[in-house]
Amino acid sequence: MFDFHGYGPSIFQGAFLTISVAVLSMIIALILGMAGSLAKLSDNRFLKYSATTYTTVIRGVPDLVLMLLIFFGAQILVNSVTTWINNKFGTRFFININAFVAGVTTIGFIFGAYMTETFRGAYLAVDSGQIESGKAYGMTSKQIFIRIIFPQMMRHALPGLGNNWMVLLKTTALVSVIGLADMVRLAKEASGAVHEPFKFFIPVAIVYLGITFLSEQLLKWLETRYSAGVIRH
Amino acid sequence: MLDSLAAFLNQNDIFTVATLFQYWDGLVVTVQLVFLSLILGLFISVPLALVQSLNNPWINKPIWLYVYIFRGTPLLIQLYIIYYGVTYIDGIQESFLWEFVKEPFYPALLAFMLNTAAYTTEILRGAIKATPHGEIEAAKAYGMSWWQMTRRIVGPSAYRRALPAYSNEVIFMLHSSAIASVVTIVDLTGAAQNVYSKYYAPFEAFIFVALIYLCLTFTIVYVFKRVEKKLLAHLQPR
Repeated sequence: MFDFHGYGPSIFQGAFLTISVAVLSMIIALILGMAGSLAKLSDNRFLKYSATTYTTVIRGVPDLVLMLLIFFGAQILVNSVTTWINNKFGTRFFININAFVAGVTTIGFIFGAYMTETFRGAYLAVDSGQIESGKAYGMTSKQIFIRIIFPQMMRHALPGLGNNWMVLLKTTALVSVIGLADMVRLAKEASGAVHEPFKFFIPVAIVYLGITFLSEQLLKWLETRYSAGVIRH
Repeated sequence: MLDSLAAFLNQNDIFTVATLFQYWDGLVVTVQLVFLSLILGLFISVPLALVQSLNNPWINKPIWLYVYIFRGTPLLIQLYIIYYGVTYIDGIQESFLWEFVKEPFYPALLAFMLNTAAYTTEILRGAIKATPHGEIEAAKAYGMSWWQMTRRIVGPSAYRRALPAYSNEVIFMLHSSAIASVVTIVDLTGAAQNVYSKYYAPFEAFIFVALIYLCLTFTIVYVFKRVEKKLLAHLQPR
């Protein structure tokens, strides 16, 4: 049963690629989500509206469509920018948008919108009395954010963050569509070559299940850790 | 008015009448796929969620496993397993099922249906579990059977509680239906890919289709808001 016709090691490398795409795009999503939620909560109208447009549009369009748009579109955009710069300054450089960059940025960009909502909810869940007392102590808004809001916000954000991570992990399977050699694509190629789809897809599914299971355990541990100061009812 | 519209369409290179018809056909396929898989998914998930409330470990363990597997793996993998797998089942090419299975539409429908059924089962299970304990005790005190209790007490309040989460699931299903284009189905995304490869115009092709999806999403959100307003009227602030 465990005869992978020599495709075993390459699928293992694909698993590594899947994880690195997931982790990198998660980092982008966290940064974008933080920035987006702060923009959405700020008093600046322009920031508020652009963040709202960002979350509404991204959450209303399928991930695959955005990925195809960025994968096929970004290269044309980047090319026209580099051509303009090259003509203007007489330089000769070229930026190549490969599938890895397109995949990671798209997934990061999409989940940034979901993270924005998660962080916004978590921010609003912090007791306003705490922020007021911070002000009464004469803290600057930056100090209030770092000392009071952020640590408490993380506790409220963790369940949503964990959910987003699980969905993100499964979304990484889509990078196989734009030609990145992740687990799914390698399994597809292998099963196409030896005409045994179950043999390759089922182990890949099990790897995904394994990663979800491990993430679940880690999240449980984190949640207990971050709610150490809270009474459970 | 139609003449001026036709004149406008003839002026631009990409959005000709023929292209728009491609998108329209894709829209029909997407809506069919999503609608059918949601309806069939409900037919699976409602009984599963109800049976789960009986708390029989021999029934609940397999249902838990089904839900866990389908929620823990990417839909794309499920689609590949079903789409590429069915052809290798012994004897299927001779049976009557082959008529259905040889087209990509039905394997995709099967994958989507099983996927959404798993998510919906989980939503409904949570909603049933959240029934206030006092209501169940009262029903038992009245001597209602399990079925009477489910029909009269648990059901009506549970499906209302499940509604907001289910509207999210409907939107997710619409968005995940885009991957049907990967197995050669010409849905909305497939149509956009065809238009893109014909004119090499990624922005026009994909932004247009993104706008269609956006409209569909807003329509779903609007419809569910209306339904919620009606069904959850007793929870509205007066």
